[in-house]
Amino acid sequence: MSDRDYHPDLPVREHSAPPPPIRRIVVDRHPHVAEPASAGNGTGVAIPGRPATPSLARSAARPPAANVVERMRVESVWLAYGDNWVVRDVSLPVRQGEVLALIGASGSGKTTLLRSLNRLTEITTGAARAGRITLDGADIHEFEVTELRRKVSMVFQQPNPFPMSIFDNVGYALAERPQGRRRRRRSAAIEQAVVDALRRAGLYDEVAENLERSALRLSGGQQQRLCIARALAAEPEVLLLDEPCSALDPISTATIEELIVALRESVAVVIVTHNLQQALRVADHVAFMHLGELVEYGPAEQVFEHPVEQRTRDYVSGAFG
Amino acid sequence: MAARPERRAALSRTVEADKRVERTLGACAAGVLALIAVMLVTVLVNAWPSFSANGLSWFGSGGDPVTQFAAMQTDTPLPGHSIDYFRAWPLLWGLLLTTIFAVVIALVISTLAAIFITEFAPTPVRRVLDPVVRLLAGVPSVIYGLVGILAIAPWVNEHLISNARRQSVAYVVQLSGADLTTATLILTVMILPIMIALIANALASVPLSWREGSAALGVNRWRTIQRVSLRGARPAIAAAVVLATARALGEAIMLAMVSGGRPFNANPLDGLTFFFEPVETPATAILKEFGGETGTPVAHAAYALAAVLLFSAALLSFAGWAVRQSMRSYGAV
Amino acid sequence: MASTQLLDAPPPGTIARPKRETTAAWPLVDRLCHAVCWITGIGLCLVAAWIVLYMLVKGISALNLKLFVESPAPSLRERQSGGFLDPLIGTFIITAIGVGIAAPVGVGIATWLTEYARPRWLARTVESGIETLAGVPSIVLALFGLLIFARGFFSFLSASTNGGSVSGKSFLAAGLLMAVLALPLIVGTVREALLQLPSRTREASFALGKTRATTIRHVLLPSIRPGIAGGVVLGMGRIIGDTAIIVVMLGAAPKLQGAGGPPLLSTLRGTGSTLTSYVYGFSPAGEGNSPHKAYAAAFVLLMIVLALNALVTRLSRGLSLGSVDWTAKQ
Repeated sequence: MSDRDYHPDLPVREHSAPPPPIRRIVVDRHPHVAEPASAGNGTGVAIPGRPATPSLARSAARPPAANVVERMRVESVWLAYGDNWVVRDVSLPVRQGEVLALIGASGSGKTTLLRSLNRLTEITTGAARAGRITLDGADIHEFEVTELRRKVSMVFQQPNPFPMSIFDNVGYALAERPQGRRRRRRSAAIEQAVVDALRRAGLYDEVAENLERSALRLSGGQQQRLCIARALAAEPEVLLLDEPCSALDPISTATIEELIVALRESVAVVIVTHNLQQALRVADHVAFMHLGELVEYGPAEQVFEHPVEQRTRDYVSGAFG
Repeated sequence: MAARPERRAALSRTVEADKRVERTLGACAAGVLALIAVMLVTVLVNAWPSFSANGLSWFGSGGDPVTQFAAMQTDTPLPGHSIDYFRAWPLLWGLLLTTIFAVVIALVISTLAAIFITEFAPTPVRRVLDPVVRLLAGVPSVIYGLVGILAIAPWVNEHLISNARRQSVAYVVQLSGADLTTATLILTVMILPIMIALIANALASVPLSWREGSAALGVNRWRTIQRVSLRGARPAIAAAVVLATARALGEAIMLAMVSGGRPFNANPLDGLTFFFEPVETPATAILKEFGGETGTPVAHAAYALAAVLLFSAALLSFAGWAVRQSMRSYGAV
Repeated sequence: MASTQLLDAPPPGTIARPKRETTAAWPLVDRLCHAVCWITGIGLCLVAAWIVLYMLVKGISALNLKLFVESPAPSLRERQSGGFLDPLIGTFIITAIGVGIAAPVGVGIATWLTEYARPRWLARTVESGIETLAGVPSIVLALFGLLIFARGFFSFLSASTNGGSVSGKSFLAAGLLMAVLALPLIVGTVREALLQLPSRTREASFALGKTRATTIRHVLLPSIRPGIAGGVVLGMGRIIGDTAIIVVMLGAAPKLQGAGGPPLLSTLRGTGSTLTSYVYGFSPAGEGNSPHKAYAAAFVLLMIVLALNALVTRLSRGLSLGSVDWTAKQ
């Protein structure tokens, strides 16, 4: 199948036969995939053989944020563990006002790329890099690493609240010392920052009556929102999310996805996800990576519905994953 | 399916055997409780005469326990007192001093050393330290006592105690290298390895996700250790303190070899000399003064001291349990 | 943006390999703590090295083969005071008795605690009891032993003097007390080993219709042999290293003294010494005139402890006894 141009007026073609078994598709590198439907009416992409996704799909009419500002730029970045180059020559912009989703199969290097944005790859010995990553124009390797990580915060796949109270967890990056149980000793500024962060994370209402409870007693979804609040407390400029909902139930997932979309106004959001529907729901721009290379980057509708590259088309249609 | 009668009989025999085994093993386990109860009762029974003769002032001060023991052994009561006269405070004071100093110093050093081993030490150093610390934890106390009395005490005597200091208290007590400093020093070294082992184990078990999470929030490595790793290791630190205190409380042989021979109320008001005054503890007094006969005043006093030690061991056990309970609140246990 | 480069071609331009976090930019307080940590660590290494080297040097210089085969002889002169054969035998006897009693009892108790544990209140109390027993100082145990063995119906276990009163001191008595000393260690280790066995092992055996007792005997205990051995060796280490019980329960005489009667029983009911009481007796705290002999005996003791430690490490390698590998990469 050759490249197709974007034609909004192409008719939807019904495809009656179910897709061929996976094994055959992988072996036979050119599956017969139906023409992608237009997204004009916003009811979602017609993936062949599957019913149109219900209203959980994002409305294509969701307007972009008010002002989109580029915060970080990845320029020809290569990353390796030892001698194994897991990210090869990737260049991407990261913008405030939009959500960037990194999608791809396991081993495609998307998590490594994410972790390089806040230099978390340096924790592993034997990591190597080439290329340049900048934050607001300055190379991130010129920054002091702790200062960088306050500007570029990360939320992990498994919720990892510390063994402290909710308040101490959220205020962790702010306070020089743990604030103690007595309210009088807390500085008003930190208390305000904690409450703000909890509100932004949509958790405040649920925990407001007792912030001294142990964070480990919250449910999984609440813990993950707590981690998001914790990451937001230092008012970062970029928020990195590494498959944040993969360990959560659908309701918590939906809550967090709404949260992510709401946050994009104030922070640049980069999310790595395995879940294509999730990427479709939350992302404004999508970058598809495969075996370390950036295969395709573009607006979400374009990558999902009219992908330029064959590999993108195969992945998005479920031919491999 | 109905089993044949022989099989049913065989089955019931094995079930019977199973019950017998359970009862036997349960009896063994209950035997432990019986042992503890018997121990408590017999020690208390033998200690009672000393307590009843002296009343609450048994715990007070009033003379030198060694002299009091000598009086009991030669059956010549001290003037104005009964044969059972005994005042244990110098021994108890010595116990408090050595235990508290040793445990506090060891806690600080062992935490720092455990952090060093798990976080900062280069791998070859770690590989060497691991078996060395374990070995030191198993060294018998008599060997520490030997090194103490033959190497450390003379060194302290020569280099740390000046003649002037010696003379300033010569009218009260003879200063030699066998004193509070040497005793506390060696006691600290004795309890360090087990504490380091426990705390290092706990630090190494702190989940990577916590440390990564802390790093991702822009907190530097030392702060992460201090605020997350140490916090996660709190139950182990508490357990280490309890274990170390128990060992320090019950230490008899090493202290008997290095502690100076004369129970003396080491007086903090003496200033620096305080650290060089000799100390005795209940355990060392028992070891040195008690010959093994039962039913004599010496025996009663010795058993009274043993009762105090037993009681403090039980108290420590309870304290350990209580601390573990309170640590459950933050889910760190 | 799709590239067509070969999968193993390295990138153009410079490759940077970042180092671990440097402390240069930390606040002063943190740098101070870091430095203190390093100083403590190095200090620990130095102290440990000093102790080991000191014992090695002093011990080897005083050691010679004759010491192993001669009995101690009373003498004021060090050259003629003989060797430490009797204490060696004494150590062996004590350990054998102590472990011989503590091992089966300990395994039994540990098994009961993990496999049966009915009624619940009894199990909890026994657990606390074992912990309390672990914390009792050995000198208190020794005093308790005197009470039990010098009077009462256990007096047949030890020698009686001419006056008919029982001294309460004998290898048997001391051995029994040593068993109590080693018991908590064995129970703890075996319990941990049993708890680490996956429940499917037990379930498989029950599903085949075997009783609990049979399962324990034929399935569980054989699988935790390394754990049992580890616990026994730990108990042995504690027994070998204890001096207080020996001094109180076995007396001060360095030589073995039988109590009369059939040969083996005579030794067991008699008194003697072990390496630990020998070291105590020959140091300045005891008779005090043979520091060299004391060092030699202490060195032998240390070597035995080292060997036991190495044995425990070997045995528990397959079975994690709750200890974590500190050398694992962070």
